[in-house]
Amino acid sequence: MSRRPYIRPVSTTGWWLRDGLYFRYMMRELSSLFIGAFTIFLILGLYRLSQGRAEFEVFTARLLGPAGTAFALLTLIFAIYHTYTWFQVTPKAMPIVLAGKRIPGFVIVAAHWLLFAAVSATVWLLAVIF
Amino acid sequence: MSERTVELEILRYDPDQDQEPYFQTYTVPYHEDWVVLDAINYIKDELDRTLSYRWSCHMAVCGSCGMVINGTPVLSCNTFLRDYPDKIRIEPLRNFPIERDLIVDMDDFISKLTSVKPWVIAREERSVDDGEYLQTPAQLAVFKQYTACINCMLCYSACPQYALNEPFVGPAALALAHRYNLDNRDIGRSAREDVVASNPGIWECSFVGACSEVCPKLVDPAGAIQQAKIASTGDYFLDFLMPWRRK
Repeated sequence: MSRRPYIRPVSTTGWWLRDGLYFRYMMRELSSLFIGAFTIFLILGLYRLSQGRAEFEVFTARLLGPAGTAFALLTLIFAIYHTYTWFQVTPKAMPIVLAGKRIPGFVIVAAHWLLFAAVSATVWLLAVIF
Repeated sequence: MSERTVELEILRYDPDQDQEPYFQTYTVPYHEDWVVLDAINYIKDELDRTLSYRWSCHMAVCGSCGMVINGTPVLSCNTFLRDYPDKIRIEPLRNFPIERDLIVDMDDFISKLTSVKPWVIAREERSVDDGEYLQTPAQLAVFKQYTACINCMLCYSACPQYALNEPFVGPAALALAHRYNLDNRDIGRSAREDVVASNPGIWECSFVGACSEVCPKLVDPAGAIQQAKIASTGDYFLDFLMPWRRK
């Protein structure tokens, strides 16, 4: 009898396809690439705006083309997915105890959505005013 | 007579004979009230006494019978045959070296668990004559959930971070560190900090959350780690703003 522990190989590239939970996690991580790219486009847009109206209109026309629209739509889907999954796990990260009782998770999640709606409405209002 | 049977495909590995593990199939009788551990005990008693595995209490308390059943880490003593199809695949816990059949080498987990000093580090030692450390129900409620950990290692088996990055301290050890940090009798937070607040500690957790999904005692290690990250971030900024805060 001798010890000869066997170490099973782990796939460094395919592990996230093995389990639905891992896959959903990777999709949440992947969403950051789209949101990051969207932010770069936004900065690029500001740069074009600084170059003058004509430059900016060429930029927006390109953004409204089929590829730009498809990218924006995909980013929107990923952003919603990211927001939803991130808000769902907030009760784990910030359990709130009030008067000796733990606030139920759904209240914390709902508070995040309310705050999100309030901030969005404020941005929208500012956009309408200016 | 045709009684219902179940096929168990069990990963076998004998370090004296096998170059690598292989699956062996056993046919066992089906019983409505049998858990997978009962079926494995049947194999051991009636079919093949060479099969090796760990178990003790048969009631989800001791934490020894963790296995990967149809891809998910579970305690085989609270996993019923009736919840599975007639073919069940049983492997040892993932992310640990296999010693023999379903038995894994848990040394890495034990050393990580020890490294977070999972015991009460009190302000002053008390002798037995001094009596108990008193604690109110409210003080207990703060960390009670984390005391339920039975060190079954299912969370390590489920954690892709631990699978790909062995130095990661891992879910159960970090959850237990959090448990003692939250305990009002304990002053060991700074003594645990070197391990807990390091990169291989809480900061290499990327919050997949699989640990909390598989935990049979609802400890929620993923939650504990995120809370520890928030506390550690607070420490960082307080130390930055008030360098005299900690000597």
